[in-house]
Amino acid sequence: MKSSASLTRSKRITTFLTYAALVLGSVIMIFPFVWMILTSSKTIPESLAIPPTIFPKELILDNFRDAMASLPFLNLYWNTALMILFRVLCAIVFSSMAGYAFAKLNFKGKNLLFGIVLVQMSLPSQIFIIPQYQMVAHMGLANTIFALVFPGIVSAFGVFFLRQTYMGIPNEIGEAAYLDGCNQWQTFTKVMFPLTGTSVAALTIFTAVFAYSDLMWPLVVNSDLKMMTLSSGLATLRGQFTTNFPVLMAGSLLAMLPMVILYLIFQRQFIEGIASTGGK
Amino acid sequence: MASITFKHVEKTYPGNVTVVPDLNLEIQDKEFVILVGPSGCGKSTTLRMIAGLEDITSGELYIGDRVVNDVAPKDRDIAMVFQNYALYPHMTVYKNIAFGLTLQKIPQDEIDRRVHEAARALDLEHLLNRKPKALSGGQRQRVALGRAMVRNPAVFLLDEPLSNLDAKLRTAMRAEISRLHKRLQTTFVYVTHDQTEAMTMGDRIVVMKGGVIQQNDTPQNLYDYPCNLFVAGFIGSPQMNFLDAVIAEESGKFTAKTCGASIALPDRMDKKALGAYVGRTVVLGVRPEDLDPVTAGESCDLEAVIEIAELMGAETHLHLDCQGSKLVVKAPSSYPGQVGGAARLTLNKDKIHLFDKETEQAIAH
Repeated sequence: MKSSASLTRSKRITTFLTYAALVLGSVIMIFPFVWMILTSSKTIPESLAIPPTIFPKELILDNFRDAMASLPFLNLYWNTALMILFRVLCAIVFSSMAGYAFAKLNFKGKNLLFGIVLVQMSLPSQIFIIPQYQMVAHMGLANTIFALVFPGIVSAFGVFFLRQTYMGIPNEIGEAAYLDGCNQWQTFTKVMFPLTGTSVAALTIFTAVFAYSDLMWPLVVNSDLKMMTLSSGLATLRGQFTTNFPVLMAGSLLAMLPMVILYLIFQRQFIEGIASTGGK
Repeated sequence: MASITFKHVEKTYPGNVTVVPDLNLEIQDKEFVILVGPSGCGKSTTLRMIAGLEDITSGELYIGDRVVNDVAPKDRDIAMVFQNYALYPHMTVYKNIAFGLTLQKIPQDEIDRRVHEAARALDLEHLLNRKPKALSGGQRQRVALGRAMVRNPAVFLLDEPLSNLDAKLRTAMRAEISRLHKRLQTTFVYVTHDQTEAMTMGDRIVVMKGGVIQQNDTPQNLYDYPCNLFVAGFIGSPQMNFLDAVIAEESGKFTAKTCGASIALPDRMDKKALGAYVGRTVVLGVRPEDLDPVTAGESCDLEAVIEIAELMGAETHLHLDCQGSKLVVKAPSSYPGQVGGAARLTLNKDKIHLFDKETEQAIAH
C-alpha cells in the first residue's frame, strides 16, 4: 500500500501535468488570435519578415484606417446582422415546427421524410451551392439580403436537433394539454415550444456562429461589395498577387468585434449551447 | 357526475395487436372503481379510451347517456391525473392549475376563485408561485390533482398516480385521494398495478389480464372469493399459497390430499362441484394468514421446513418447504422457530379455495 506522502506526491504530479496540458492547449488555441492582433499593428515588411518578428516595432493604427477605407464596414456589419437574424429566426420557427411534427405527430411518410432530412445532413453543403445559386438568380434576387438568408431558411440540423429535444418531452405533457382543451397548434405554441428554450438557445448560437463564419455562399451569391457580409468582404482584401496582411488582420479584428462583445455578454449560454449540440 | 359504460369495446393497434378484445363494464355514478392488473393487461388503455386519448376500434363507450366514441377529450367532462404528473414545467403552480380554465375563457375572477379553492383544499396555497421543479413528488401530485379538481369534471381518471412516490408518501396520498373522492362525490376511475392501493381505495375492483376482465367485485369479495387462480394470486400480499391436491370422498365427506396430509374440506362447499373432481388433482389455495404455526404437541395439518424467516416488525413471514411445495405463512413476530427447523401448521378450513388445474377457474371456496 502506498504511503499518504507518496499519494500526495503522485496527486501533485498529476495535477501539474493536467494544468501543463491545459496551458499548452490554450496557448495553441490563442496563438493565431494573438498573432492577428500583433500583425494588425505591423508594417508590411515587418509582417513578411523572415525570421518573423513577434512584436511590432511601434504600435500603429494606420492599418485599421486603411481597412475601414477599403471596405464599407457599416454595410458589412448591417448585412451580416440581418443575415444572422433572419437565418436564426427561420431556423427556430421552421426547425421547431418540423421537429415537433417529426417527434410528436403521426402522419404517413413521416419516417421517409425524416430520412430525407438525415440524408441532407450527411451531404456536404458545397454540393447545394450551384442549384441554390441558380434558384436565387432565377428569382432575380442575387445581391440581396434574401440571397444571403436563402440557404439557412430550413436547417436540417435544426430539424434533427429539435426533434430529439421534443422526443425527450414526455407525451403525457402534450396529452395533458389536449385534455385541458388545447388543439394541436396551442399544444405546440403554449406548452411544447416553451419547454425547448435551452435547445432553441443552443440552435440560435450554433446558427449564428455558422452564419457569421459562412464565407462561400455570400461570396458566390452577392458580388456587390455593399451587399456582402463581413466574411466575404474581408476576402476581397486578399489580392491576386500580393496581400496586405496587416490591413487584412486589422479588418479581421474589426469584423470580430461584434462577436467578441456578444460572446462576453452571452458566455454562459454560448458554452452551454455548444455543449448541448455536441459541437465544438 | 356521470356513469361510464363499455359495450363490446375493442381496441386494436396498427399491426393487428388487440389489447382489449371485448370489454363490457359499467361504472356507476360517484363510484370509485379500480382497474388493476399486471403490466400490459389493458388497464391503462381502458382508462385512455375513457379519456379520449385512444380511439376505440369497435363498440360503444358511454359517459352518462352520451356515446363518446367520437367526442373530443375536452368535451367529455373528464379530468385525468397522469403517472408522471404531466405538469407544465414552464408554468407556476397557479398557471398549471388555471391553464384548462384559461383555455375555456372562464372569467379571471372565477379562475382565481377556483384555483385558490383547490389550492386550499390540497394545502398548496403557499406554493402557487413556484414552478414544478421546486416541488417535492407529493406536492407535484397534489398540483396534478388540483389541476383536475378545478375543472369540476364528471369523471376523474387517475393513471397510476402514486407509483412515483416513496412508500410513506404513497400511504398518505392514498388516504388523501380517498378523502377527495368522498368530498367531491364524483366518479373516480383509478388504474394501478398495486393491489394494496386497489384493496384500500376502491368501492369496486376490476381485475384485468390480457385485456379481459377476470373479476369485477368489491375488494372483500375479491379477496374472499377469487374467481380464478390469477385473481387469487394477484390479490393479497404475500400472495395465496397454491398446493396440488387430490380430492377424495369417503361416506359423503370430501378431503383434499396434499403434502402427505389429508385435509377435511368444510361441509359448506358445493358437494356436487367437488364430486366431479374426486380422484383428480386440483389446486388448493390458502392465504398466508390462514395457515397457523402451532407448537409441538398440538395437532397439525401440515409439517414443513423453515427456509427463510422475514421479520416484518408486527409479524414474521416464514418461507417453508412442504415436501417440495413452497409455502409462505404469516406468523407472530414472537414465533420461536429457526431457519432449518420444522414448522407445524394448522389450516383454517373455512378459508380453503379449490381451483381446477386446467381451466384455473374456482371450484369451491
